[in-house]
Amino acid sequence: MTNMRALTGNEAGAYAIKQIDPDVVPAYPITPQTELMQTFAQYVADGVVQTEMILVESEHSAMSAAVGASAAGARVMSATSANGLALMWEIVYIASSSRLPIVLAVVNRALSGPINIHCDHADSMGCRDAGWIQIYGENPQEVYDNMIQAVRIAENKNVLLPVMTTHDGFIISHTVERVDVLEDDQVKKFVGQYSPRYPLLDTAHPVTYGPLDLQDYYFEHKKQQAEAMKDAKKVILEVGAEYGKLSGRSYGFFDEYQTEDAEYIVIALGSTAGTAKAAVDEMRERGQKVGVIKLRVFRPFPAPELVKAISGAKAVAVLDRSEGFNAVAGPVFSEVRSALYRKSDIPVSAYVYGLGGRDITPEMISGVFADLKSGRLHEEEAFHLGLRE
Amino acid sequence: MTDMIEIRWHGRGGQGAKTVAEFLALVALNEGKYSQGFPEYGPERSGAPIKGYTRISSGPIKMHSAVYNPDIVLVLDPSLLESINVCEGLKEGGTVIINTTRTGDQLREQFPFLEGKKVWTLNADQISTDEIGRAMPNMPLLGALVKATEVVGLESVTGDIKKEFSRKFPPPILEGNIRAVERAYQETVTS
Repeated sequence: MTNMRALTGNEAGAYAIKQIDPDVVPAYPITPQTELMQTFAQYVADGVVQTEMILVESEHSAMSAAVGASAAGARVMSATSANGLALMWEIVYIASSSRLPIVLAVVNRALSGPINIHCDHADSMGCRDAGWIQIYGENPQEVYDNMIQAVRIAENKNVLLPVMTTHDGFIISHTVERVDVLEDDQVKKFVGQYSPRYPLLDTAHPVTYGPLDLQDYYFEHKKQQAEAMKDAKKVILEVGAEYGKLSGRSYGFFDEYQTEDAEYIVIALGSTAGTAKAAVDEMRERGQKVGVIKLRVFRPFPAPELVKAISGAKAVAVLDRSEGFNAVAGPVFSEVRSALYRKSDIPVSAYVYGLGGRDITPEMISGVFADLKSGRLHEEEAFHLGLRE
Repeated sequence: MTDMIEIRWHGRGGQGAKTVAEFLALVALNEGKYSQGFPEYGPERSGAPIKGYTRISSGPIKMHSAVYNPDIVLVLDPSLLESINVCEGLKEGGTVIINTTRTGDQLREQFPFLEGKKVWTLNADQISTDEIGRAMPNMPLLGALVKATEVVGLESVTGDIKKEFSRKFPPPILEGNIRAVERAYQETVTS
């Protein structure tokens, strides 16, 4: 039983948090996230959730409060964008290393400077090695679906890692689309009652969070974090399948669109994957064998699964919405090419596009497919797609 | 998607272009269609030119790029005709709906970019002033859109105004908006 709403990506995120009804939400506003927490704050003010909302004075404090509340044993969620995430930085690492299952919606926005409020993935990509699970959403429906699944993934006893769910600033955060929502009690049942394993407030079983950890055990604890990230893969798939049974929308590491017989494949994150699907629809009508892989889970990186999915193609292009500043290419390209090492000879072409909200169209993506087909490959250095000449 | 209709709204900050672009998306969804509604974000100031977009289709809309070649353009403020080409990228034979006191033929004489377009006109400022007490052209423009293109039904618009805005607006404003849409539907003409 579902019902249909017209929601922006931010409203869809707020609606998911409302139905999850977390114990604590610390938040600080930043464009383009602001409307998400503003919408949720209205639910709090209206008394439709039990959540204790903490209005803090900065994002550093928002993440600090999230860490404190989560360690105390609360289910905690928040949201931010760009420079807000950057200001959280120090505490982002403390959340993951303390194994606190916080869920954070990141509304992707370019990092300053120069100041820009529009979409790219520099903010969340900067966090790619911070020990957080990262799930990228394509549209408002996925914003909603991913946030609900994120709670279950984060809190699984074999994971206990924080999860970042992202959606593209303005492009998704401020676009009204159809969103099929579940009933409140379906969501409540799916996420379940949170039972923290080692809550600080359980004084009968005292524990220590954030102790000094030097040459003796720091390394072992990092290895445990790395192991948890590996174990998360199974849990992500289980939760995605179970959510599919509930909602009719199943989720995996990535979405394979028309790739089965595809000779050329484009890999992209977020809303651009949808635009690429529109390009593929149009090219398929003209008999071209092209497909898209929408990478949904970037951390953990599904390397062997992705290699399997693309190995039948003649060439692959990776579209990065952030610059790597490594004189080579963007972060998704680096991961994909590294995954292919000694597994396949398939050429991978690198593109950087859409920085600071520069638009990408189906025609531009058709151009990428044309490049792949004619062998104009960018294997050593990314081509900057849509750049002013 | 071959049957997708793309709509661009031209207004000035404060005229409700964002609201109506998104509200139309909702009306289409409630009719069982798929849709997107989104504004173009720039510096938002009262009175500054802004654009809003709506896409409507019978199937899921996958693309998330801006609208470059709309089928329909709606102009909430006639003074915009003097500063920008509201027909930029408009498909050949496309529809332009303008809030104005003048006729389509008069406008065509002054603005050559309207040549070859289906031009529909209405005095949305007067209609909204009469019905809700102030010039707020966005809802009358919806009535005009229904008359000119039938992308959604008139009763869908008025029914959804009742449903969506009943908590936001007091009854006289709500009823006034509905009358404004219905009057706009009657008074919109083409030439």
